[in-house]
Parts: sequence; C-alpha cells; structure tokens
Amino acid sequence: MNMPAAPAKPPRKLGIKENYALLTRGLGWETSYEPMDKVFPQDRFEGIKIHDWDKWEDPFRLTMDAYWKYQGEKERKLYAIIDAFQQNNGQFNVSDARYVNTLKLFLTGVSPLEYAAHRGFAMAGRNFRGTSARIACQMQSIDELRHAQTQAHTISHYNKFFNGLHDYPHMHDRVWYLSVPKSYFEDAMTAGPFEFVTAISFSFEYVLTNLLFMPFMSGAAFNGDMATVTFGFSAQSDESRHMTLGLEVVKFILEQDPDNIPIVQRWLDKWFWRGYRLLTLVAMMMDYMLPKRVMSWAEAWEMYFEKNGGALFHDLSRYGIRMPKYHEVASKEKDRLSHEAWGTFYNYTQAAAFHTWIPADSEMQWLSQKYPKTFDRLYRPRLEFWREQQAQGKRFYNNTLPMLCQTCQVPMFFTEPDDPTKICYRESDYRDNKFHFCSDGCKDIFDHEPEKYVQAWLPVHQIYQGNCFLPDANPAAPDFDPLAEVLRYYHMQVGHDGHEYLDSPDRRNWEQWTGKPGVAA
Amino acid sequence: MSDAVFIAFQANDETRSIVEAIGADNPQASIVHYPAMVKIDAPGRLVVRRESIENLIGRAFDLRELQVNLISLSGNIDESDDEFVLHWNQS
Ligand SMILES: [Fe+2]
Ligand SMILES: [Fe+2]
Repeated sequence: MNMPAAPAKPPRKLGIKENYALLTRGLGWETSYEPMDKVFPQDRFEGIKIHDWDKWEDPFRLTMDAYWKYQGEKERKLYAIIDAFQQNNGQFNVSDARYVNTLKLFLTGVSPLEYAAHRGFAMAGRNFRGTSARIACQMQSIDELRHAQTQAHTISHYNKFFNGLHDYPHMHDRVWYLSVPKSYFEDAMTAGPFEFVTAISFSFEYVLTNLLFMPFMSGAAFNGDMATVTFGFSAQSDESRHMTLGLEVVKFILEQDPDNIPIVQRWLDKWFWRGYRLLTLVAMMMDYMLPKRVMSWAEAWEMYFEKNGGALFHDLSRYGIRMPKYHEVASKEKDRLSHEAWGTFYNYTQAAAFHTWIPADSEMQWLSQKYPKTFDRLYRPRLEFWREQQAQGKRFYNNTLPMLCQTCQVPMFFTEPDDPTKICYRESDYRDNKFHFCSDGCKDIFDHEPEKYVQAWLPVHQIYQGNCFLPDANPAAPDFDPLAEVLRYYHMQVGHDGHEYLDSPDRRNWEQWTGKPGVAA
Repeated sequence: MSDAVFIAFQANDETRSIVEAIGADNPQASIVHYPAMVKIDAPGRLVVRRESIENLIGRAFDLRELQVNLISLSGNIDESDDEFVLHWNQS
C-alpha cells in the first residue's frame, strides 16, 4: 500500500480553476517519436487555423472526479423513477394510447442519434490536438452513450404493451423517414472534426436542441409520462454542458484567425438548415401527436429560435457572424410545417412504425386557434375530407412512393416560401444527372459539395432499385407485393405497426386494459 | 432593451431553494413555472451565488451541483467557486 504513514496536515484544496487547469494543461504533451501533424492528421484539412489551443476554455471546468460524481447521482435518480413507473403500470396513466406514437418516433428517430453522437464525439476527441477540446469531447461521448442507454431502458417498458417499438436500430438504418435523422448525423460525422463540432455542438445543441427536448419533455409531463420526462431531463442536464461547449467552440474558432470566419459562417448556414429540416418531425409531433398539447410549433419557434436564437446571433455579430441563411424562410414556414408533414404521414402511415389519425374536433379547434392564418383555410378542409372518406370505409393510403430531397431526404411536400398552395421544387444538374431539392437551402448545400450528396442512400431510390427486399423475396413471382416485401425487410408487421390508429391493436388493447377511451375527450 | 439570458431547472425539492436564491439575487429576473420545469429569464445578465443558496439550504453547496437538475440555459457562462454568471456580451 502506498498510503502515507502519517499525513502531517491535509493538502490545500484546489479551486475549480486550478483543478481544471491541471487536468487540461498538465496532462497534454508534445509528441516526439512522431510529429504532431502525423498524430493529429485531421485537424488541418478543413482550413481552420488554430494558433493557440490553450485559449480553449470549457466554462464549466468540470474535472473527472466531479463528472463521475454528478453523473452517478443523475443515474440513481433516473433509475429509481423508472422502477417506480414500471411497478405502478405508469404506461396506463398517459393521456391516451395515441401519445405512445411520439415515443415510437423518438426511439426510432432520435435515440440512435444519441449513439451516433457517442461515436462522433469519440472520433472528434481523438482528432483535436488541444487537450481541453479532447477532454470535453470525451465527456460528451460518454454522456451520449448514457443517453442512448437510458432511452432504450425507459422506452423498453412501453415495448411490452405497445406496437412499433420492437426493433428500432434495425429500422433506423432502413426505413424511409428515418433516413432523415440518420443521414443528418452521418453527414456531420463524415465531415472534419471542426465541422462536426460546429454542426452538432453549436448548430444542433445550442441553436436547435431546445426545440427538441423542451417541448418533448413538457409534452411528456403534460401527458402523464413521468418516465420519459425523467430520461429527457436527465439527458438535458448534460445538454446544458454540451450547448455551452458548442458556443465556446465557435467563439474559440472565430477568435483564432479571421480566415476562419467565412468557413464557420458557411457551416452555420448549412447546419442551421439541415437541423431545421430535421425538426419537421418535432413540429408534427407537437401539433398533432400529443393528445394534450403544451404549445404550438409556431410558438416554440418564436420562443426558442426567433427570440433566444436572435440574442445568440446578436452576441456573435461582433465576430462578423450573421444570422444563418434562410432563417426567414423557416419563419415563413412556421404556420404550415406541421400540417404539411402530418398530411404526408397520414398518407404513408401503412409504411411507418407509428400510427396516424385525424385530429378530434376539439383538437382542430386548438389548431385553428394557434394557426388563425392557415389552418381553417388550408388544412382543415383536407382533414375533414379524409375523415369523411374514412367514415365511408375508404381510409386513404397512398401507394406510390414520394420523391425525396437529395439533401435532407424528406419527401418533397414543402411549399414555396411565399405560396403555401404550391409545392416547392428545386433542381441541379451534376455529371449528366438531375438532382431534386425541397428548398433553396437544401439546393445550396448540395451545390457546394455535390460529390458528397450524390452518394446519398435515398430510401425511395433504393426500393425502386430492388435493394430493400429480403434475399428470399422473388420480384418475378406473379403475386409479388412490393410494399409487403419492403415492410418485411423493415421488420414491420402489417396491421400492427403503422396504419390508422382507430383500427389499430394499440387502440383496442388500450380500451380493453384501461377501460378508458382510445381518444381522450 | 438588452437580450435575455435564461436558465431552466427541473422543478423539485432541491431546486426550490436554488430558484429562490436566484430570484433574490436577480430582482429583474422573471420566474415562470411549466409542467415539471421552472424557467428563469433575465435581461442581459443573471448571477447564481453559492452563498445565497447555502444560506437557504443550511449546508455547503458546490455550484457544480447545479448540473444535476439543470435543463437548459442560454448566454455566455462565467463560473468560479463562488458565482455562476450568464451574460451576453452585447446589449
Ligand atoms: Fe444526447
Ligand atoms: Fe431538403
């Protein structure tokens, strides 16, 4: 044992600043067997110039001892609540079974991104030569693994009672709408380390993540889902640290060299638009999928982007940074985004792992209140028509495949910035091919790096090319049913996962098990 | 008017005193209660003081404990052993 025999007096306790300085400066070294450029081959090619890595500061100055201590505390709190939730059959206390569809979307669409973030930050941490940057990335990498795990653990309880939750990693890698989040993150991960942290830590975590977690978690609380609130808030507590890192990263890069400014601005433009397009799924969740609604997408956009984001970009203007390009288009779209998305998923729900439905009358009333400029004029008539068709036994399912945007991979349902009645189409020619985009934002991103985006794995193209069938499928057979075969490849069970909610086993089970109506009054 | 900074906590027993201390130290702040969450907005600057929290909870408090119940925040951060400050540089 190497314990001192009789310590004369306890060593002076270090302040957090000294402690953090020892961790981040004291543990780094200049390599001598190999040149630093060979050890860190990836932190130069993007054109970012760093003169002094010591200027990188993590404002939280979290040291490892404190990190493990507080993270451990968060875990204990979370798992105690999950236990209580399961023991009390908390899944039956949610507003109604429609609510669970938001969890299906979250588990298949978002949780795998947590795991991707774990991988991404591990790679970024390896590739920065600055010690504090490496440590911050390492902590975040561990945080993200924790998020992926806690989400799977929490939601697995719902999997015992509801459909659509049984094979989320498999689906994430294959299903058409899940290529939207998947390709978003893979785009970031295949960029250089500086673009990766600008994209994820800053543009996503700082600028947009409040729009994902805050409404999602308040929504869960409002709809009686305490387990989800808890994993969400537990993840958010790390998120505050990540957001702060995001802001520090961007300030650090901008302060290091004026040549960095245009590069960063381009990334901010790109990743704002990529992230905003991804949030289309959240908009739809807030306005249509929560049986009890907290706030509308338009309100959330105003509060978290226009106001908070406005303050942030105002702060960055002293570096010569402006608001991201096309932010005004996002504001123009705020009154239609969720309605256009829900309409599309209503069409294609037979090929999705969650149910869709027509909002109840009281819910339509809420929508027309929140969207006085658009709902009654543009979207209510369509919903009422579909409801009528449904009442006649003709529930509409669209059996053709939609065209996808080459960049964001969302089906092309967005409308012209100044005309909500006209679908927005943009295209570019590249190497004798035509590529299609949902917006000027997505077209710009493609045009800057066409070599990257021509390689996109677009689910619809892949289906048409015959790449989304199991090996035993026989497209030459006379009774070949392509949709059924694609769903088999997705591991979706027809009639259970997806389709109309009113006709679903989820709704029947809910009514039988709880004695409560499938659509809460 | 200067841009607002904000900080949001989980609403629970541990944060009740923290929020109270912040309210007392930042008279210009507005405190809003949401389901399971409390959000504090303040124009330009918001300070969380270790001593004010300790006076209310009657024990030593490490400002890094804030992270356990933190949900979100905005603004530049300046943290020392005694104070946790959120601010925007331009106002
Ligand atoms: Fe995360
Ligand atoms: Fe797009």
